[in-house]
Amino acid sequence: MAGAALPGRLTPPTTEEHAIDTGTPTAPRGGWRRATVREVRDPGGAVVLRLDVPDRVDHMPGQHYVVRLTADDGYTAARSYSVVSAPSDPLVELYVERLEDGEVSTFLADVVEPGDELEVRGPIGGWFAWDGETPVLAVGGGSGVAPLVSMLRHAHDLGRPELVCLVAAARTLAQTPYAEEISGGCQVVALSRETSPSGRAASRLSAADLAPLVEGRRTAFVCGSAAFAEAASQLLVSVGMPAGSIRVERFGPSG
Amino acid sequence: MSVTRGFLGHRRERDPRLPPGQYNAGDDWPVLTAEVTPNLRTDAWTLTVDGLVERVSTWTWDEAHALPQSEYHGDIHCVTTWSKLGTVFGGVSVDEVLDAAGPRPEATHVMATSTTGYTTNLPLEDLRGGKAWVAFTFGGLPLTTHHGGPVRLLVPHLYFWKSAKWVTRLTLMDHDEPGFWERNGYHDRGDPWQEQRYQGD
Ligand SMILES: Cc1cc2nc3c(=O)[nH]c(=O)nc-3n(C[C@H](O)[C@H](O)[C@H](O)COP(=O)(O)OP(=O)(O)OC[C@H]3O[C@@H](n4cnc5c(N)ncnc54)[C@H](O)[C@@H]3O)c2cc1C
Repeated sequence: MAGAALPGRLTPPTTEEHAIDTGTPTAPRGGWRRATVREVRDPGGAVVLRLDVPDRVDHMPGQHYVVRLTADDGYTAARSYSVVSAPSDPLVELYVERLEDGEVSTFLADVVEPGDELEVRGPIGGWFAWDGETPVLAVGGGSGVAPLVSMLRHAHDLGRPELVCLVAAARTLAQTPYAEEISGGCQVVALSRETSPSGRAASRLSAADLAPLVEGRRTAFVCGSAAFAEAASQLLVSVGMPAGSIRVERFGPSG
Repeated sequence: MSVTRGFLGHRRERDPRLPPGQYNAGDDWPVLTAEVTPNLRTDAWTLTVDGLVERVSTWTWDEAHALPQSEYHGDIHCVTTWSKLGTVFGGVSVDEVLDAAGPRPEATHVMATSTTGYTTNLPLEDLRGGKAWVAFTFGGLPLTTHHGGPVRLLVPHLYFWKSAKWVTRLTLMDHDEPGFWERNGYHDRGDPWQEQRYQGD
């Protein structure tokens, strides 16, 4: 047995990412709030909810809210949803994929109407959050593009759309949330079952999609199902993105 | 209480082993990590207990395996709402390594640090008395990399982010200090039975 360390002092974090993270916003700020649903849109297989959140604290693109549902006997169910809107948007926009048999997502998709109130808490997350300055490569699978679209919208607001390269992976264009916003510049829609509008032939997301985009990108954000997140991060590492610069959010089986 | 119009809930049957707000993930073991899974080499890994201790102590992989081994049989709970029931982990009780290093009387809290730089803070009491392990096996087999293998901290009575994957260092302190998720708004203690998910809960 051997070893040396300063008593009572923490060894400095070994990766730059953790060091940078110190002091970033903690969350959720404030407790539960009663948001009013202002708009409900049905893009097919999903629902877009636009909420008026009173006394809202501005989010950083990438952060999420928790939505809590309460039955009349006090039973509750709470799930996390990423914010799609930019901080400048007066409403908080959420994109909820309708999972067959999902407790909360089916309720949000099938039952909620404009004028309803929903309890929310947020914004949450200081790690999967974009600072609005760093050039980033954002890779999302399916509904995983939600927090990345917030980054893209914010970059447009800042007049610096080139800061965010968004790669959206899905089966078909119809199954690509916000596909109409993901075009031009360094945006890529990678479809596995059909040719994408840019002419990219049908195939799964590959290193060839990401390789031309990593140059100069200091951070990568990866979001989607656990399987997608793992595959996309490994692709990013294979095209030279340092593992320590990749931030991953997995939507998991139940947020 | 603010009732949500039209919400009934799915009401799957509740298992008494499930803390509030948790569901049974069954055979699944969702992976949740803030970063890319590292490849950790056992010949380069060490475990160090430092900070407010009598003897700063370090064990290599082989030395840690030469310590008395013990098992945890029970449930684990993730803050993202899944629980996994009836798990079996094997490794070294944290009591073994703490006793070897000798906590000083003023030590009250511990910072666990991983090879990736991930940190998480815990009250010292939550690591003592047979409640925590440095785990090497799951279900009798070596822990897989995705689940923190080859080695992770295991503190099963707290939310699972406290069970730092790829743990390499336990630093004893005379005060509490937030770790990685705790700085990002998660609770300093994280007791699932009290639903201590976020700061202020
Ligand atoms: C940080 C974060 C951000 C997220 N952002 C988004 C987003 O922007 N958009 C989005 O659509 N989703 C998002 N998610 C996922 C979201 O939180 C929910 O997990 C998702 O909507 C499914 O919830 P649900 O209640 O509909 O399904 P659930 O009822 O939770 O069911 C989903 C699956 O979980 C399992 N399950 C859940 N409860 C039980 C149970 N009691 N018994 C057995 N199995 C169960 C089942 O396998 C089921 O098929 C996010 C998750 C996280 C962690």
